Amino acid sequence: MREALWVRFRTSIFWRQFRRNELAMAGGAVVLALALAAIFAPGLSPYDPGAIDMKQVLAAPSGSHPLGTDQLGRDVLSRMLYGARISMAVGFISVGIAVLIGTIIGTIAAFYGGKVDELLMRFVDLMLNFPRLFLLLTLIAFLRPSIWVIMAVIGFTGWMGLSRLVRSEILSLREREFVQSARALGAPDRRIMFRHILPNAMVPILVSATLGVAGAILAESGLSFLGLGVQPPTPSWGNILNVGRSNIEIAWWLSIFPGLAILITVLAYNLLGEGLRDALDPRLRQ
Amino acid sequence: MSVYFIRRLLISIPLLFGILLLSFVMLKLAPGEPSVVQQDLQTRATGAQRETLRQLYGLDKPIYVQFGRWLWRVVRLDFGRSYSPDGRLALDKIKERIPITLGLNLLELVVTLGIAIPLGILSATRQYSVFDKAMTLFVFIGFATPDFWLALLCMIAFGVQLGWLPISGLRSLNYEYLPFWTQVWDFCSHLILPVAVASFGGLAYLSRLMRGSLLEVVRQDFIRTARAKGLPEHDVIYRHGVRNAVIPVVTLLGMMLPGLLGGSVFIETVFAIPGMGQLFVQSAFSRDEPVLMALVIIGAGLSLLGNILADVSYGIVDPRIRVSGSGRS
Repeated sequence: MREALWVRFRTSIFWRQFRRNELAMAGGAVVLALALAAIFAPGLSPYDPGAIDMKQVLAAPSGSHPLGTDQLGRDVLSRMLYGARISMAVGFISVGIAVLIGTIIGTIAAFYGGKVDELLMRFVDLMLNFPRLFLLLTLIAFLRPSIWVIMAVIGFTGWMGLSRLVRSEILSLREREFVQSARALGAPDRRIMFRHILPNAMVPILVSATLGVAGAILAESGLSFLGLGVQPPTPSWGNILNVGRSNIEIAWWLSIFPGLAILITVLAYNLLGEGLRDALDPRLRQ
Repeated sequence: MSVYFIRRLLISIPLLFGILLLSFVMLKLAPGEPSVVQQDLQTRATGAQRETLRQLYGLDKPIYVQFGRWLWRVVRLDFGRSYSPDGRLALDKIKERIPITLGLNLLELVVTLGIAIPLGILSATRQYSVFDKAMTLFVFIGFATPDFWLALLCMIAFGVQLGWLPISGLRSLNYEYLPFWTQVWDFCSHLILPVAVASFGGLAYLSRLMRGSLLEVVRQDFIRTARAKGLPEHDVIYRHGVRNAVIPVVTLLGMMLPGLLGGSVFIETVFAIPGMGQLFVQSAFSRDEPVLMALVIIGAGLSLLGNILADVSYGIVDPRIRVSGSGRS
């Protein structure tokens, strides 16, 4: 059974298309490597990320500390490996929240149409009118920053594009022949929705979610950089950069490496997302 | 034209009301109402005194009365006094910073457009060339680069290592004592890094948009006609193609305003520029509720204004929109 599934996957159009896209494959590999690094951070880290060593304060990169140390003599490489866990967790959970809200709102809008649709879509317009960062900062200021608050507010301010996407996808799927024929055969609304429409809308949702992870990681690191995100001593790429800014004239390594990690991660998720879109969506295939 | 403009303004009134309603909901969701927040300062306040405070702030009234009163104050632009020790009016604190932030954003837009449109045209006219591929790569990197990190890199390179440019504030400390032209250079040199960094992300986005838009336009019939009647390729692209391709780019400018204001938060914080973004971060740290609410409402209001301006400019450059009346949905 498992063997058969693997063969089916390997010979599928999706995999054949996706494999040909080198950039997307590279993105996927980096995403996988980062996930592994985050999972095995305790084993991979040369030091305890919280271990303070006052004799090694702001030490430049060397053999014993490949990426240098921070203002408390903590090893930057170890802190970045643990920071990867934060980034991944925030990325996945906040996008999960956004996907859930976006799918529910988009589905309700498309399904009921008319006044409900109008009202919900105006609400989406309304949310998009606020500068997202302003919303994030205000909510965080009111609720006090903690990792859960950060995941929640990034999710709650990131679902609008998804709901528009889900809505338009459902509206177009509803007119397709296979849905029409299911309806003609007398399938109830719920069955049409969950068996025929939503599974087919999964593709664009998945692509959008992959790109959303990149956005969420950027948002988290930005907030942490400002000092309003993940709070020290918990390491995050953003709050290492924050320390880098205050030591910019003496410790360049604190400013370079975490930012590079963010850049590579976001780039990888974006490439993966674009590659998934090209491989999964037959309409875009030439 | 004016009918179109007035109609567009009227459509945005419900949206403005929505902005205010949502802001009020956010304010109410925040734990800790003023009577409790102030109690932090006066720990010995009795229950009766707290009740007086609640009455003073109108918190004992039903929620819709509170909203009505709040709305009436906000439409008169009365956001209350800042909680910070200076206790100034929130509006006054913001007013002096708006020109700085809007000026910077405008400068960014001009720089971004001035570079992105030619880049977009070049990569569209040389589709799949080495230049186009390099541009695609640049766009991907541009999307993935956090602007606060780019700012740090530039500060290290041009400020610390090379020492060419100042890395914080808008003026040097000895600004007052400089001769006029040195003052001008001093001010400009403080602007170079912030504007360059802030333009970078938009550059990737807009050049991509321009490329796609032009590729779309050159496939249309009127371009084929222009070619068929023997116009030189240069005229076909620049007189017929680019003019039409710029339209969608212009409309998206208005929609970029929320993102630009958000970007100001990072740029102004990193480069210590006294604008709205910097005030926002300071107020978020001190939980300065009146200033935060005023900033959110003014930020959303400015974004709404940007959208209206984009629609109106769309109506000016594309007469079809005015005639059909409804505009974009």
